[in-house]
Amino acid sequence: MIQAVMVMSTQGKPRLLKFYSFQPPEKHQDLVRGVFQLLSARPDSVSNFIEADAIFGPGVKLVYKHLATLYFVFVFDSSENELAMLDLVQVFVETLDKCFKNVCELDVVFNFNKLHTILDEMILGGQVIETSSEQIMRSVEEIARLEKQSNTTSLIPKSISERFSR
Amino acid sequence: MEQLRTIGRELAMGSQGGWGQSKEFLDLVKSIGEARSKAEEDRIISRELEYLKRRLADPDVPRRKMKELLLRLVYAEMLGHDASFGHIHAVKMTHDESLPLKRTGYLAVALFLDERHDLVILVVNTIQKDLRSDNYLVVCAALTAACRLIGEEAIPAVLPQVVELLAHPKEAVRKKAVMALHRFYQRSPSSVSHLVSNFRKRLCDNDPGVMGATLCPLYDLILEDPNSYKDLVVSFVNILKQVAERRLPTSYDYHQMPAPFIQIKLLKILAVLGSGDKQASGHMYTVLGDIFRKGDTASNIGNAILYECICCISSIFPNPKMLDAAAETTSKFLKSDSHNLKYMGIDALGRLIKINPDIAEEHQLAVIDCLEDPDDTLKRKTFELLYKMTKSTNVEVIVDRMIEYMINITDHHYKTEIASRCVELAEQFAPSNQWFIQTMNKVFEHAGDLVNIRVAHNLMRLIAEGFGEEDEGADSQLRSSAVDSYLRIVGEPKLPSSFLQIICWVLGEYGTADGKYSASYIIGKLYDVAEAHPTDDTVRAYAISAILKIFAFEIALGRKIDMLPECQSLVDELSTSHSTDLQQRAYELQALLGLDKQAVETVMPSDASCEDIEIDRNLSFLNGYVQQAFENGAAPYIPESEREGAISVSSYRAQDQQETSAHVLRFEAYELPKSSLPLAVSQASISTPTTDLVPVPEPSHYKEDNQMSRSQPSGDSLSGEFGVKLRLDGVQKKWGRPTYSSSSTPSSSTSSQQATNGGSSSVVGGSTSSQARESSYGSKRQQGTEVSVEKQRLAASLFGSSAAKADRRGQAGRKTAKESPTEKVATVNATPQPAKEQVIPSAPPPDLLDLGEPVSSRPPSADPFTQLEGLLGPASASPVLPETSASSTSKTADLLSIFSDDVQTGVTSGSTEPSLGVNVVAAKKGPSLQDALQKDATARQVGVTPAGNNPILFKDLLG
Repeated sequence: MIQAVMVMSTQGKPRLLKFYSFQPPEKHQDLVRGVFQLLSARPDSVSNFIEADAIFGPGVKLVYKHLATLYFVFVFDSSENELAMLDLVQVFVETLDKCFKNVCELDVVFNFNKLHTILDEMILGGQVIETSSEQIMRSVEEIARLEKQSNTTSLIPKSISERFSR
Repeated sequence: MEQLRTIGRELAMGSQGGWGQSKEFLDLVKSIGEARSKAEEDRIISRELEYLKRRLADPDVPRRKMKELLLRLVYAEMLGHDASFGHIHAVKMTHDESLPLKRTGYLAVALFLDERHDLVILVVNTIQKDLRSDNYLVVCAALTAACRLIGEEAIPAVLPQVVELLAHPKEAVRKKAVMALHRFYQRSPSSVSHLVSNFRKRLCDNDPGVMGATLCPLYDLILEDPNSYKDLVVSFVNILKQVAERRLPTSYDYHQMPAPFIQIKLLKILAVLGSGDKQASGHMYTVLGDIFRKGDTASNIGNAILYECICCISSIFPNPKMLDAAAETTSKFLKSDSHNLKYMGIDALGRLIKINPDIAEEHQLAVIDCLEDPDDTLKRKTFELLYKMTKSTNVEVIVDRMIEYMINITDHHYKTEIASRCVELAEQFAPSNQWFIQTMNKVFEHAGDLVNIRVAHNLMRLIAEGFGEEDEGADSQLRSSAVDSYLRIVGEPKLPSSFLQIICWVLGEYGTADGKYSASYIIGKLYDVAEAHPTDDTVRAYAISAILKIFAFEIALGRKIDMLPECQSLVDELSTSHSTDLQQRAYELQALLGLDKQAVETVMPSDASCEDIEIDRNLSFLNGYVQQAFENGAAPYIPESEREGAISVSSYRAQDQQETSAHVLRFEAYELPKSSLPLAVSQASISTPTTDLVPVPEPSHYKEDNQMSRSQPSGDSLSGEFGVKLRLDGVQKKWGRPTYSSSSTPSSSTSSQQATNGGSSSVVGGSTSSQARESSYGSKRQQGTEVSVEKQRLAASLFGSSAAKADRRGQAGRKTAKESPTEKVATVNATPQPAKEQVIPSAPPPDLLDLGEPVSSRPPSADPFTQLEGLLGPASASPVLPETSASSTSKTADLLSIFSDDVQTGVTSGSTEPSLGVNVVAAKKGPSLQDALQKDATARQVGVTPAGNNPILFKDLLG
């Protein structure tokens, strides 16, 4: 089971946090810090796996990918395959790239809700449900389209008359 | 007007792909990014939160704006600030009609809340409603939220709808419904247990995606109870076959691999189902072989599947062909340049050696490389592998390596783990007590506070007991070497508390035993320890007790010893200590100094820590006193059981009295503790049965110490002063003399022989197999390996072939020059003792020779597993064994087939039986040295090392 997905900057700022097994909010920052310490201590060109049982409990590992200014981290337990998780990170990044056309950190910062949408299409309840980035993109675009349709209605403020009477 | 402009800008932002955020959010992110310090960032966010708080509560805010505000709140919370005031707004937003708002609401709720949160109850109703929605996106959003938010109590509320959705026309919804159900199962298996059959049904879903999703819950279910899913083995194999044969639509391909995640999940499931089940495993071999053949080692995901195949093969009933394929792929992983693949290779190797320990030997250099890799993950994984393959022949190298690594890491968690592993391995495989003590010293010195206190007690006990009953000389030598080493170490700063306790105890008990050090010298050292650790009461208690012992021994020897002034001041200080335990000890010391020689000898006999304490449960020595009391008119003692009523009445009365006079001062004196004296005595006698040692609660040895020392002055038999602390029961005696170590293995008579003659016993196996390899080596020697001699030596010691390659190279020349192996074996048999020293280096099979040759890097041609299958059957074990050795030698070495015959006869010639088969049968009966040797040799051929760490699998084989 995947326990968490984290995206953080190389400075250790969280850009996206999604926990599939509950972690109390006050613990989130400690986890981010712990993971970041592990990541920043790693030299380049070593393996992408870290055994993180000191942070998350026994048997938990994490897979990370360092791309430009971001770390993409997937935390998972022994029921997942490390290499497959690494590819899942790849799927995620590929999807982001398709979505934003040359994704950069700013895209991730400003559209973290979109990242959540993408992740929800990939992973549900800690299990992988979709690994084709085309398929994920299709679903996400479908959602965007439908949201836009209903967007027009929500543009009307609750008390529009009041606004203009001032 | 201003506001109109804002709306205009919002519209413009909104048109940028529908996700756009307002300028405010942009500014916020920018200013956070530019913040120079954490404090500045915090200030910006608190200001933002203030603003959000105001705006969210403002009814005038347009609904679309609300969405953005909420997202900003999510952002602030992600950065670690409390945004709980907005949770209710998130909940409210889930009620909204419009899809984007609803989705944002669900997103925020899923991030903010968990199933135990109070507000969840408000969401359940919405989820319930949305699950029935016509819009499938709403349903999906609700399912996603349900996965996160529905706890055990709320499951029944949404369960019917989720089950209904399993038949939804949209596959995306079906998929998510399966996952939601899975999640419910994880939360509370009982509440969905009646729906488990749904998973089986969904396995036949038309959509491969839904089928793949179903594998997740099935995997969990199968892990729990594999037996009720055995009927699915054929279906799983079929699905896997179809996937591997690319029968799925190409849209499921990923990097040219057909549905890799489904394959991986299926392989995981098959691994569970086939574990220990020959019949089920039989179905799997074909498809596994196919996957191996088609395996794509170029792509990451292809390797992921291959790795999963190896895991599956190592878990199901072993099949020689499959294992060969797995070993081959593993060696590809290990030879790869990618650290990821090396990591997977090490992991795979760890799985495969459980089945066939020989596989590791082919990869020894790769493993050594990984051990020296800068990648910490890889290093740890390699240590894990070494831990799995430790046996008595390589324990020293492995543990030394582990300790070396342990010293250099700062990660507390991992340090603890590796320290406990060192201890475990040392306890299990230590070649000598001397080594054990040295190793333990190192562990304690660097990680003493991280290991279990039990380990410290074990170490003390080992020093106290030494080699056992006989051979006092070796014992005292061991002790004096321990004393020497501790005297060297004791001055170092920052020693862990538990290590100091050991040092104090050993110095107290044996510091003066061999007469090398004077009592005042030892006392001085002990005083230094106590002085240097003014806050550690346990250490001080140990130190003062040790000083007491030294004094006692000196007095018992009739020597007069003066109290050093600083020592006296220590005792004075301790006798006014806050700790009653320390006080007690200090007073005891003072009391002891006043006693005469005889008394001291009885109170503190020297070297009596292992002696049993005899306990007089009837307290007969008090009889006279009791008699006297009777005569003086005392009431007889009534056992507790018989005076139950009286006690309860009196206690009731006392309570009553207290209640009435609760707020008044009591003027009458407290009652004398009449019944408590006999009570305490009886308790003491209960807790100290007549057998060996006093079983005292383990974790609190500190208290034990108290209890013991408290009873010192009372003068009852105290022969085993500190022995009390060391619990003998339930601790495995694996190290030390071979008689101990053998007890755990099933074939105790022979294996004890093997253990004592570890080196010589493997001679036969070593020389035969090295003969066999000699031929391949001769031809390949020219290829040359650029591997450093250093590494080879390490590899050799790790993997059992204790000779460095260079050594063997020299020997090889001599051997080919007509040194008859028969003679050699004969001499070995005749005089095992000198031969031991001589031949140890070439004992285990030298696998270095096979480097770089994939063909020859396979396991020995005699397949261990074909034999194994036979062995596991009803047929007797022993007759098959000789065939193995014979066939393997002759098959591997055609050139030397004559030699191999010679070897066989050479071996048998020593014994009376002419037939090899009979000979081995005899090995089971007598502990004759030669039989043991031979058995070991055959065992090696079959891939079983006598001290191998998989005794269960080969139990039949070893008898």
